[in-house]
Amino acid sequence: MIRLSIPLRQALARLSLPLMIAAAFGVMLLGKADALLAERLRSHLADALSPIYAALAEPMGAVRAAIEEVQDLARLREQNVTLREENERLRRWHSAALALEAENEMLRRHLNFLPEAAPAFVTARVVADGGGTYARAVLLATGPQHSIRKGQVALDERGFTGRVTEVGSRSARVLLATDMNSRIPVTLEDSRARAIMVGTNGARPRLSQWPEGVIPVEGERVVTSAEAGAFPAGLPVGIVRLSAQGAPEVELFARLDRLDAVRLFDYGLRGILPPEAVARPEPRQGRR
Amino acid sequence: MANPPFRRPQGRPAPAPGLLRRLDDFARLAFPGFSTGFLMVLAAAPVSLPSPVFAAALPCVFFWSVFRPAAMSPPAIFLLGLLLDLLTLAPLGAGVLVLLAVHGVTLRFRRFLARQSFLAVWVAFCAAAVGAAALFWALQSLLALRLPPFAPALHAALLSAGLYPAIALLLTRVHEAMRQAENAP
Repeated sequence: MIRLSIPLRQALARLSLPLMIAAAFGVMLLGKADALLAERLRSHLADALSPIYAALAEPMGAVRAAIEEVQDLARLREQNVTLREENERLRRWHSAALALEAENEMLRRHLNFLPEAAPAFVTARVVADGGGTYARAVLLATGPQHSIRKGQVALDERGFTGRVTEVGSRSARVLLATDMNSRIPVTLEDSRARAIMVGTNGARPRLSQWPEGVIPVEGERVVTSAEAGAFPAGLPVGIVRLSAQGAPEVELFARLDRLDAVRLFDYGLRGILPPEAVARPEPRQGRR
Repeated sequence: MANPPFRRPQGRPAPAPGLLRRLDDFARLAFPGFSTGFLMVLAAAPVSLPSPVFAAALPCVFFWSVFRPAAMSPPAIFLLGLLLDLLTLAPLGAGVLVLLAVHGVTLRFRRFLARQSFLAVWVAFCAAAVGAAALFWALQSLLALRLPPFAPALHAALLSAGLYPAIALLLTRVHEAMRQAENAP
């Protein structure tokens, strides 16, 4: 230890604060003059301190995990309460459904109701859209020995898309419901009124020919109708929307702009089939 | 040849301090600086708190400047300030100057403060913290030549004011223990 006389030591002690303040200004100047100095010092310090932080990370992680555990427990309790309520509600619905099922069964027995056969279907991949005679149509790739016939109904995973119009040996063409040439008999589900859904080449087909006294209501569900024997009844088609001009249109459930695969259902219906080729019809021979 | 007689001072001469005694003294002298530095490093650990380094350094520096200024010497504060600047992303020298200013102001009033109650010291510390945060903010804006947002500085001042009682409680215990050790024969 360096021995200093007491007055000298006192003088040093009194001087040290101004000296250090001057040194602080010096450090500021140094930091301004060499901008990289601070960065270098910082990285050295971080290198030196990283073992400490690494050692700290372990207990910190444990504490954090414990806190999360507690929060999870609280959340679990909350969820448990809501689930219990929901379960209760669902149990009531379940019993209601069972009662309805039994009633339905009984009514069917009484009415000698003929159940519909489950329709057979094949799924085909959409390989191209557009092309051909129609503006809104898709081409399906099918295997060489397929059982697709004209008039089959095409649905995607959400609802009605269209109808098979041309069948080749390895492909089939589906006329979409949005095409200008598409006319689909539909039923408005609430009012049970029949109407025709007319394609416009736009995203939403229009509704037309609904009976007098019925007005299609915004938000009403639209399903196919069995009228004319072209479609089975009750396939989901879309929802009624009123256009800006007030004309009723149908917002389709099916996503026609991003079709990648469709299911083709065979309901065995041959009410109206599309012509073999779209051409001018020949004049009939018998009428002379 | 009458040499002036060499007069020994009265009383027993103090025994030469042994190694343990010296170590003890040194530990007592070095504890404030090292504990403060360690606390700052801990506060810089990556947790989601708004800049607790400044808020941890300020109460320590204030407390030791009031109650044991011999152990919290300006060179130690200089090093602590440098550590503060490096741990936070402040421009070099700003933290040094702020801590030195707090130390200087506190030294000026320490005779008055040391006699006050804890609450009065806390109030004084709150004022010092606000002043220090404002100075820190001003130095940062001056050195970086742009205006940083004022909210973080305010948060740091409030956080350090809130941390002071906890830190002071701990440090008061340590200080008492040191004083007992010093007064013991």
